[in-house]
Amino acid sequence: MKSFEFFEPTTLAEASRLFAEEHAQLLAGGTDLVIGMKALTETPQSVISLQKIPGLAGITTETDNSISIGATTKVREVELSADIQQHHTALAEGAAEIGSIQIRNLATIGGNIAHASPAADTVAGLLVADAQVDIASADGERTVPINELFTGPGQTVLTPGEIITRFRLPSPASGSHYIKHKIREVMDLAFIGVAAAVNLDNGTITDARIGLAAVAPTPIRATEAEDLLKGNAPTPALLEQAGEAAAAASSPISDLRCSAEHRREMVDVLTRQTLQQALERASG
Amino acid sequence: MAKLPVSLTINGDEHDLLIEPRKTLLAVLRDTIGLTGTKEGCSTGDCGACTVIVDGKAVTSCMVLGVTASGKEITTIEGLASDGELHPVQQAFINTGGYQCGFCTPGFIMASKALIDENPDRTEEEFRHALGGNICRCTGYTKILEAVLKAAEEIRTTT
Repeated sequence: MKSFEFFEPTTLAEASRLFAEEHAQLLAGGTDLVIGMKALTETPQSVISLQKIPGLAGITTETDNSISIGATTKVREVELSADIQQHHTALAEGAAEIGSIQIRNLATIGGNIAHASPAADTVAGLLVADAQVDIASADGERTVPINELFTGPGQTVLTPGEIITRFRLPSPASGSHYIKHKIREVMDLAFIGVAAAVNLDNGTITDARIGLAAVAPTPIRATEAEDLLKGNAPTPALLEQAGEAAAAASSPISDLRCSAEHRREMVDVLTRQTLQQALERASG
Repeated sequence: MAKLPVSLTINGDEHDLLIEPRKTLLAVLRDTIGLTGTKEGCSTGDCGACTVIVDGKAVTSCMVLGVTASGKEITTIEGLASDGELHPVQQAFINTGGYQCGFCTPGFIMASKALIDENPDRTEEEFRHALGGNICRCTGYTKILEAVLKAAEEIRTTT
């Protein structure tokens, strides 16, 4: 690991000022950055730890069941939160898919998202939760919807000095689910991640959201598939159409782990399965 | 690069140290303190050999910068026995032969202890899944799992 200067600011303003400098990196859980620094794929001149800034970690639930998750909240805490398990099941399930317990005790939800891997396990759940991402810098604050945060693999709309501070999840859908397509039970990257969230009213789907990970340069919403579902009863034929529309929305690559054709086919299959499970939860 | 003052509580003992920011907690434990029970395996967080308990949570110490552990309570394999008595998890690994070459053993024991502290009532399948971040290259998993289940049972019945 190359040497660097280490900072532990106690205010967001100070952290933002330091992070706006060239060759600066933020340190949250360290599970990506420390490994990258050892491999020399990351050679920052300054490393800015977020752990001494008050108010950045923790989960709070409001009376309308909207939930706020601080950026440095450990993914293990997201996974085990009773409120997130109940109201944003897909997000809790996604958090539980990351690495091992030892890694989830370190890794943060903000790091999982800011790293901007298209395969991040919490991202599909945040997409179907319609999460709003609060961002702070020395110039002030702004909010970006999660589906507008990513611009490419490892790329976001964040500008130098901007720091994700929290994720705000509005009132929840009645049922959601996440499926990770993988080989190993744990410690694996997603070939594909699919999340779905639905509302049901008297047997009609009133709202549907589908989030896809690892099948495009950024995580995406399958909006055409969502539109097919809204206002209709969840018949097998409808779910099949939605699966096909989600597959059509994907633009996967072939890599060492599987082919683009397999990924596209599996988006279809997994979207149907994920929707089925979310619908069962919504009606249960 | 300048060394920074760091205060660590390791196995109940306070250590005031000056360490380079680029040193991992694993390197501090092994090289600075001399506690070599914690092992360096893959050094990428995949194998779990470096598992220690920080403020009650099992973590892979190869992914933690030592400077960020300042003020925290760290327990390593050397800190489990008390008054000359092995911890029930250690004793269970011995009794069942839950080790072969022994290199993964400290990590497995620390991960298992944290899991049992959190919830000793896990099923075999749940323990198996929860220990997915620890690798035994000798593949002695059957005896390891047996040891963990025995230790969990003993801790359940004696507390």
